[in-house]
This record gives sequence, C-alpha cells and structure tokens, in this order.
Amino acid sequence: MRNMTFAQAIEDSLAYAMEKDSRVIILGEDVHMLRVNLFSRFGKERVRSTPISESAFLGAAVSAAMSGLRPVAEIMMVDFIAVAVDALINHAAKVDGFTNGKWQVPLVVRAACGGGYGDGGQHEQCLWGWLAHIPGLSVVVPSNPGDAGGLMLAAIKENGPVIFCEHKLLADYWLDYLGSGGRDTVSFSVPEQGQRGAVPDTWEAVPLGRAKILRDGSDITIVSVGVGVHRSLEAAVLLDNNNIRSTVIDLRSIAPLDAECICKSVAQTKRLLVVDEDYEQFGLSGEIAARVLENQITIKYGRVCTKTTIPYSRKLEDETLPSTEKIVNTALLLMKD
Amino acid sequence: MNIDLWPLYKQMYKSRLFEEAVIKLWDEGLISGEMHLGTGEEAIMAGIVDHLIDGDALALDHRGTSPMIMRGVDPILLLKEFIGSPDGLCGGMGGHMHLFSKEKLIASSGIVGASGPAAAGFALTAQYLKNGNIAVAFFGDGAMNQGMLMESMNLSVAWNLPVIFVCKDNDMAITTVSSKVTGGNLKERARSFGLNDYSVDGNDVEEVWEAAGKAIQKSRKGNGPSYIHATCFHFEGHFLGDPLLRVARQPVKEMKQMAGPLMKSTSKIAGASVIKRAVSLGSIVSILGKTVKNELFSRKDPLTLARSKLEKDKKRLQELEDEVKNEIIKTVSACVEQA
Repeated sequence: MRNMTFAQAIEDSLAYAMEKDSRVIILGEDVHMLRVNLFSRFGKERVRSTPISESAFLGAAVSAAMSGLRPVAEIMMVDFIAVAVDALINHAAKVDGFTNGKWQVPLVVRAACGGGYGDGGQHEQCLWGWLAHIPGLSVVVPSNPGDAGGLMLAAIKENGPVIFCEHKLLADYWLDYLGSGGRDTVSFSVPEQGQRGAVPDTWEAVPLGRAKILRDGSDITIVSVGVGVHRSLEAAVLLDNNNIRSTVIDLRSIAPLDAECICKSVAQTKRLLVVDEDYEQFGLSGEIAARVLENQITIKYGRVCTKTTIPYSRKLEDETLPSTEKIVNTALLLMKD
Repeated sequence: MNIDLWPLYKQMYKSRLFEEAVIKLWDEGLISGEMHLGTGEEAIMAGIVDHLIDGDALALDHRGTSPMIMRGVDPILLLKEFIGSPDGLCGGMGGHMHLFSKEKLIASSGIVGASGPAAAGFALTAQYLKNGNIAVAFFGDGAMNQGMLMESMNLSVAWNLPVIFVCKDNDMAITTVSSKVTGGNLKERARSFGLNDYSVDGNDVEEVWEAAGKAIQKSRKGNGPSYIHATCFHFEGHFLGDPLLRVARQPVKEMKQMAGPLMKSTSKIAGASVIKRAVSLGSIVSILGKTVKNELFSRKDPLTLARSKLEKDKKRLQELEDEVKNEIIKTVSACVEQA
C-alpha cells in the first residue's frame, strides 16, 4: 500500500490510465498549471488548456469521445457546468439511447464541488443529484484517496459519460487555490481520513454503483457521500455514547445507485438517515427514500441536507451545510418511538 | 464635454485605498474565499462610471468592488458584506463575488461572461420604458470566448439595445495567456457583431472617460450598443493568493512545493517525447516569467498617471487624499470593531 492525498491519488490514477491508453486526453481551463505534472510529462497535445468556453469544449469532448478518444474534461467548479449542461443533458446522455446502443460516449467530466470554505452560493454547490437526474449520466462522489483513484480509473474505462465530483475540502490543492490562497489565517473543517490515506500499489477500478459499508450497527442506517460520509462517521461515534449503534454506508456512486445495499441494511435497522450536502428538494435523499419504499420496506426516515442557497458568511454557511451535530440530532429524533 | 480630473482621481484613490484595506483584512483571515481585486482597473471604472446617471444599470463580474464604490454604494455596507456580517450589503449571504444593489441597479456574477446577458436585459427594460437609461457590462478578456457574452452582443445589436460592453483586457485568464486561446482579434470580433467600437489605454482615465462619453451618449440617443476595449494590468493577479504571483514574489518557498513533484513526473519513462516535455516545461517557465516581468518592470499604475497631472496644485491634492484616507480609516474601523 502507498499513502497519498486525495488529489495525488486522482492524479496518480490518471497518469496510470494515460500511460496505458494513448486515447486518454485532458482538456479544461488552466490545466497546464492545475495539472502541471501531467502537462509536463504528457505534453500539450494530451493536456490541453482551453479558453473559458465551457459549452464549446464540453460539447467538443462529447464528440471527441464518440470518435475514438477518451477525454477527461475538466469543469473547474461544478457550478460552472450550468453554462455547458446542454452537452451533457441533450448529447452525452442521449447518444447511446438514440443509436439503440450502437454508439457510446466514453467521457469523464471532472468537477470540483462542495462548500465549507466561504466562497458563496455560486461556487460551493454539489449539484450531483441534479446531474444524476438524467438517464445516461453516471455520477461518482468519492470520499477518500483510495476510492478517488479507483473510481477515476473506472470512469475512464466506462463506455458512457461519467461525472467525477471531487469535494474541495478533500482535494487539498483546491482548498489552497480557492480557499486559503496560501495564507494561514483561515481554517477549514477538513476530514483527515478523506484528505489523505492508503491507496493500492497498482490502481484497480472501483466498480461504479457499488456502495461500501464502513461500520455496522443494528439501530440506524446512515447513508452519505463525499464529505458527508466523514461527518456521518463522526456522528456515529457520538451516537455510540448514547448507546445507539449505527451503520454508515458510503454510496461512492450516486448513479448508478446501490439501492440493494441500502435496502438490505434498512430492512434490519428499520431506520434510515440520509446525509447529503446537495440540495434537499427533488434530489438524492428523496430518491433513496423512494427506492426503499418501492421495495416495500417500512422505515422511519430522516435527512440532513442543504435546504437553501449556501451563504457566503462562514457562520451562516456552517449553519446551512450538514454537520455532525445535525446528524446526531436527527438520528436521536428517529430513535424516539 | 470638458473633463474634470479631480473627481475622477478621487474615485480612483478611494477605490484603491479601500481595496488595499481589503488585502490586509483578507491576509488576517477576516475575509473568506476567493477575493478578486480591481487594483489596476481604477481608470477604466472611474472613466465609465462618471458618465452614469440615476437609473443606469451595472452588470459586474467577480471583480465588482471598485465599480460598487464608485457608483456610491456605502463602503461600510460593502466591507461588512466582505467580512460576512449580517448587516452587510447583502446580509452576509452574497459575499464579495455576488454583490447586489437593487436601489442602484447593480448585479454581479461569478460566472464568467454572465454580465453580457445581464446588461442586455437591463437595457431592454430601459429601451422599453424609453427613460434614456443605459446598461454597462464589465468583463475580462477571458470572458470574450464565452458563448453567452457573444450571444448577448448579437442580441444587443439586433435589438439596438443601449448597452456598453467593456472588456478589461490584461491578456490573462487566471493562469492562461488569453491571446494563446483566442482566435482573431477581439476588437474586430466586436466590430463584426455591428457594435460601435472604441479602443483605449485602460491606464489613462482621461482616454477612457472620453471614449465612454461618446459611447454612452450614442446609446442614450438610441444609436445602439458599443464595445470599449480597455487594456489594463491586475496588481494582485487573478485573486489574492494568486499561485503565479506567489511564485513570483516568494520563488524559493513556492517553488519548493512545486518543483519536486514536477521534476519527478517529468522524468517518468512513459509519456511524451523528450522534446515535447521540454516544450511543456518551457511554456510553464514562460508564464511564470511573464508574471515576474509584469511584477517587476511592466506595471503601469493608473493612479500615478492621473496624479501626475494634478500635482501642480499640491495643496488641493493633499486635502483630497487626506479626506479620502480619513473616510477609509473610518470605514475599516467601523467594520473591524464589529468583527
């Protein structure tokens, strides 16, 4: 095993994929600096800096993928994907369906997401549920270095479009680039287990759509992704002190969704708590509840999600994003008869 | 139109001192996130904003502090917003990238290019109401490649909307040299949409003021939208803590972190040919070199130029600067006490 940061793991896995497969190219704004190590090693034909033209380069990445390349297109922040979402919703996601499965779009879209560093509501969204809403798009949200590298490899090997969401609290260079800017007078609640950890000596793909059970407990099932997984694990320890035993599931992929894993667990615990940093309404948390109900499992249900536009003020932001405290309180409510 | 440089310089000086205070507060950790300053853009802002009247609208990008100050937004409200105070301009909800003033018809966006369509919409209302008002869009050279901005230029010409599109060109889009990812010539591009076009040295407030006066007068009279191309230089790079500037200012400290992984990766066996790798490294060095060169030698300060023309009346200049200094000191202390 090797030890790496979340960001290093993604880069190492990408380098591994680029080494094995010359069809893999990277394109996006400022990638000559953001991916300077890959740029210097693989050259400007394979690590291509773009103008600020998301709809042009994401649209082009779709048809480049259709014609033999395996592009990894970078949208600097997932919020900016709104500018170019036509390429994904109406094109990348549809080609397989329109051609009755004859033509695929092996595209990876890398997007930084998430809040917790005071950048405001146009720069800290998650939007993964919004993207996962579209049939034909896969969406992954790793929570630790090992999964980040493994899911990146799986995303590159996948024959359809995959959105790879990397949380800015986990990918340390984002936090330096966008959050602290090199100053040491600000601090962020970075989950250590997510920011750095063990990765395999040789990368292997982590299959899409397979959740991971991180701890087993018989009273309540807590389901989350990304940074939410770490907040949930912290909450589980506090719940232990109250004699409440919780299962924590890291979904890793949102689409495809490992509903089977969730259902198996809640069939035992009868209580489900979804922790999702993305918006509450019409999203992942509601979808999970629907899947459980469709399986005719009767449960008590709660969720801790983002309900409003994310405030700029660090204090208001903290109150808006899911926190360990909110998870514990909601779990305690679910434990009441 | 006769230019009066005094009020223009006052605006520029006020904006500069305010933003210098912002640098300090950001360094101290009182301001969070990405802070994009307009130091170096003051002549463009002052030269344009001076022509605005009640009811004119501003569509701003992520660098909105300077035009907000010059349009008369209360600097205390602004600074309180930056430190996330509940009694800031937007109640601490928007922050420095998302500044709004409904009273003064000012809307900002952190989405590159979004000021184009926003200004077109403000101008549509003005045209519909026949109130003689106009709308200004501020954006950078990087935004010129954004589809929505080009679409809004076309729409404004097609509908003869009273919009002034202002491109603040410093030839850098974060760490990318804009001209390397831009086809053709930006002024010709604007002209080909049918926009009236003006080209100015954005460091020279008098030049900006004169061009803006003509463009705005045309729009007010219903003679269509204009494009003003103004060159400038950003003293603080893209944002505070700009990675290129950090390397330029503290090469030993910053290169230590960058050099190790870079050399390790570049010397891996699989990858591009040696020549291609050398070209890549060369282009990184050249971007860093451009930053260092700008930092050391090429920096033109719009305030220095304006001030040099006012120095013959030393007493008045001193009084003006003292007055502005006092105002900024009061602003900062009103906000910092609270923080």
